Amino acid sequence: MVNITINGMKASVPEGSTILQAAQQVGIYIPTLCYHPDQSVKANCRVCVCEVEGNRLLQAACAAPVFEGMVIKTNTPKVLEARKTIVELILANHPQDCLNCIRNGACELQTLAEDLIIRDNPFELMVRGFEKDLSTPSLFRDPDKCVLCRRCIEACSVIQSVNALGVEGRGSEAMVVPTLGKDLIDSPCVMCGQCIHACPVGAIGEIENIDQFLAAVADPDTIVVTQIAPAVRVAIAEEIGMATGELPMEVFVNGLRQIGFDHVLHTNFTADLTILEEGNELLKRVKEGGTLPMFTSCSPGWINFCETFYPDLLDNLSTCKSPQQMFGALVKTYWAEKMNIDPSKIFSVSIMPCVAKKFEADRPEMYDSGYKDVDIVLTTREIGRLFRQSGIDFSKLPASSFDSWMGAYTGAAVIFGASGGVMEAALRTVYEVVTGNTLEDVNFTGVRGFEGIKEATVDLNGLEVKVAVAHSLSNARKLMDQVRAGESPYHFIEIMACPGGCVGGGGQPITKRNQKRIERIDAIYLEDEAMPIRKSHENPEVKTIYEEFLHEPLGHKSHELLHTHYHDKHKKYL
Amino acid sequence: MAEELRIVLRNYGKIDPLNIDDYIAQGGYDALGKARGMDQKALIEEVKKSGLRGRGGAGFNCGQKWQFAYMAPADQKYVVCNADEGEPGTYKDRLIMQNDPQSLLEGMAICGYAIGSNKGYIYCRGEYPYVVDVLNQAIAQAKDKGVLGDFDIEVRMGAGAYVCGEETALIESIEGSRGEPRFKPPFPPSQGLWQKPTIVNNVETFANIPVIVDKGAEWYAAIGAPAYPGTKVFTLTGDVNNKTFFEVPTNTTIREIVYKLGGGIPGDRKFKAVQIGGTSGAFIPEADLDTPVAFDAMAAIGATLGSGAVFVLDDSRDIVDVVTRIAGFFEHESCGKCAPCREGTMRTAELMEKIDAGEGSADDIALLEKLGRVMSYSCLCGLGQAAPSPVLSTIKNFKADYDAKLM
Repeated sequence: MVNITINGMKASVPEGSTILQAAQQVGIYIPTLCYHPDQSVKANCRVCVCEVEGNRLLQAACAAPVFEGMVIKTNTPKVLEARKTIVELILANHPQDCLNCIRNGACELQTLAEDLIIRDNPFELMVRGFEKDLSTPSLFRDPDKCVLCRRCIEACSVIQSVNALGVEGRGSEAMVVPTLGKDLIDSPCVMCGQCIHACPVGAIGEIENIDQFLAAVADPDTIVVTQIAPAVRVAIAEEIGMATGELPMEVFVNGLRQIGFDHVLHTNFTADLTILEEGNELLKRVKEGGTLPMFTSCSPGWINFCETFYPDLLDNLSTCKSPQQMFGALVKTYWAEKMNIDPSKIFSVSIMPCVAKKFEADRPEMYDSGYKDVDIVLTTREIGRLFRQSGIDFSKLPASSFDSWMGAYTGAAVIFGASGGVMEAALRTVYEVVTGNTLEDVNFTGVRGFEGIKEATVDLNGLEVKVAVAHSLSNARKLMDQVRAGESPYHFIEIMACPGGCVGGGGQPITKRNQKRIERIDAIYLEDEAMPIRKSHENPEVKTIYEEFLHEPLGHKSHELLHTHYHDKHKKYL
Repeated sequence: MAEELRIVLRNYGKIDPLNIDDYIAQGGYDALGKARGMDQKALIEEVKKSGLRGRGGAGFNCGQKWQFAYMAPADQKYVVCNADEGEPGTYKDRLIMQNDPQSLLEGMAICGYAIGSNKGYIYCRGEYPYVVDVLNQAIAQAKDKGVLGDFDIEVRMGAGAYVCGEETALIESIEGSRGEPRFKPPFPPSQGLWQKPTIVNNVETFANIPVIVDKGAEWYAAIGAPAYPGTKVFTLTGDVNNKTFFEVPTNTTIREIVYKLGGGIPGDRKFKAVQIGGTSGAFIPEADLDTPVAFDAMAAIGATLGSGAVFVLDDSRDIVDVVTRIAGFFEHESCGKCAPCREGTMRTAELMEKIDAGEGSADDIALLEKLGRVMSYSCLCGLGQAAPSPVLSTIKNFKADYDAKLM
């Protein structure tokens, strides 16, 4: 421990602490902007500067380590003048359009301006005048708002190993830009949206599809149908002022009806269906000597990554569409038929924790129903906005159940939302299919948790199946390099693009800390435990669809609607 | 006083720089042999005792720095020579490298032995391609002669960014990254190039080393100002008769440099100001001319020694206009990493242009002062911390010139 004095108070803090950590320990708040609790120290915004006795220069609290006898002052006139001036400088080229900014009310710069009592900025406002980058269907960049903290770059390069963002130019012309081209779409961007979470301001955000949704609701001839991804429920609570996981599913369903959805169905249904298709695909590959290891294909950010960086491994990808796209293909065929609805009148909206899903829904391969299978994708955040727009008080809202035929689900589908969940769900089913025995303990805890790469071996009546699970693309890269080198010991690999899996997706409520992602994971497993049925093959509506429509996993109809192929998107210079 | 004393330029004009035998005939590489016969700690102690302080501008005790790197445990350490010499008006490092490259190599090799490093880099200014040729030939000759032993030296070329003269930006540049400074600590002697203990010293600093080892710490410590002993090379530009270079002991005064060595102001003009240390140096008025050009004496008048550039202005010069141009230079050369420098250099230039154009107000001057003050102690690296110095020193010393331009 190191003894320090901070604002006249004596404290003993662990060796190696920064001034910022030491201050937090004694309850002193030091404002920051470039600082991110789960990233490396950048010390480039200089907002957290403090006085240290004996030093002429102010010290960045996020970077400066404490030493024995250090005397720190965090709010002297010199410090306050410096912080205020620095934030005034940043604000002087920042568009003053907070009222219609996507981060209004959730912006770190806005908070700083308030905390530092910024009123009349002595520096003349000079917005840089960059064009917005609207080149992808998933996310936009608004470079005028960029404060050059570089957190997005670290998210993209270190966490995701994608390197789609870098710095160009110097001095006041320095700017965060896409690599390999002018627009994001020219870069290796996989559209995971982790940069959105990293951004302290509104310089990166999701492309909103709210207006299309409202137009569909307003049209009396259109039947607006939704599917909800497994990771949405646990996080949507955070958007409406409740604790993570606290909004009951049936109340959420009613909320969706309140904002105009005619039918509320569940992606969990097709998650269960995915397990039947993907589980059987795995068994087929194992038995018939197909390409192994097989990779999961639920995460569109991961699919983009594989197509861009590992196009030589596309045969390893499961041909299963993601649950979203399986749902899309079925809602305008099977479900329309069941409900006796003209599929051309269905407006299919999926609610996703993900921004890459917006890109996936737009893929040319995703028209197998004869229509665009999924018309639009709304993120958890957009649904939160719609709930607030309609002024729904969830504490007083009664419950409502899902609509039929594609609304039933099991605990196995619920856990798709957490890293390791697809693998665990598959193992629950594959075990019973292969062994014919009932699985007594359905919990495969070895593949759960926030560790970057997890692995397990499962004994299926003498058939040893080795599996691995990775979340975040930098971890995926490690497993892929192993496969490429011919050294992968696994049969089946689950990859989710985002940290923690879909709970940490790019469309979830803005999350700076991994701790929040872990809370959501915990909420997911609680939900699974409470489910009466926890194995996908026991889902009654899944049984029905096979009896009445699909007939068998990997059958003709499945191939037509539920499976697809991916394409080499390797970029020059990568 | 006001006599030249050539230590780092000891061989200037006396040897063929591209003939290592000439250097050796002057006693070259004796010091390296002597150093290698010494205990590493004793060698570092000797350098420390000499009182030699870094000639790149920061003025840190050289032996002390070496000791940090010596004590840092690592499987690899590096010796880096900062030859980026980007300060306008400065060419002392070029003089040394072009005329006596072996003295630099010898100084680096002595450092390598002292700290336990077998690899050195010379980071040479991008605008000096001909110097790179000289250095490469010198290195090849030294390798042929075997005088460097197992110490290898490689030349890396900058790409023209002023900020790469900052040691951590220079390290980033050698590593192949964008030339941007790192926050400190950790300092390079503990974690530098590729996160390994690294000594970054200026060309002039290294060129002093063989002489110190050869003649001893006491001999060196007795030269010039006691707290900043030795000599300093100055390069004179601007309104001065002798626009050339001088190497003088550090107790020489500014007045002696400008008037005795420099020959004073041309024509019948009068002295207005002198800027010492490069573009980020303070503008010094007549009243401070008797200050010795030693590190601490300069600091006491709010100035720096910097690189040793001496830029003289006569009374015909528009000082506000000169500073406006300097502000433009820093706006252009800021790397853009830290907010106060990225935005602050741009705003300083904007405000200076406004005042220079006769459109400024007293409020603008007050804002410039506040901005400069904040930058000087908030910016990430020396560039942003020093950039306001010309502005602040001229507002302080030549306020009437500003007032004359206000609306």
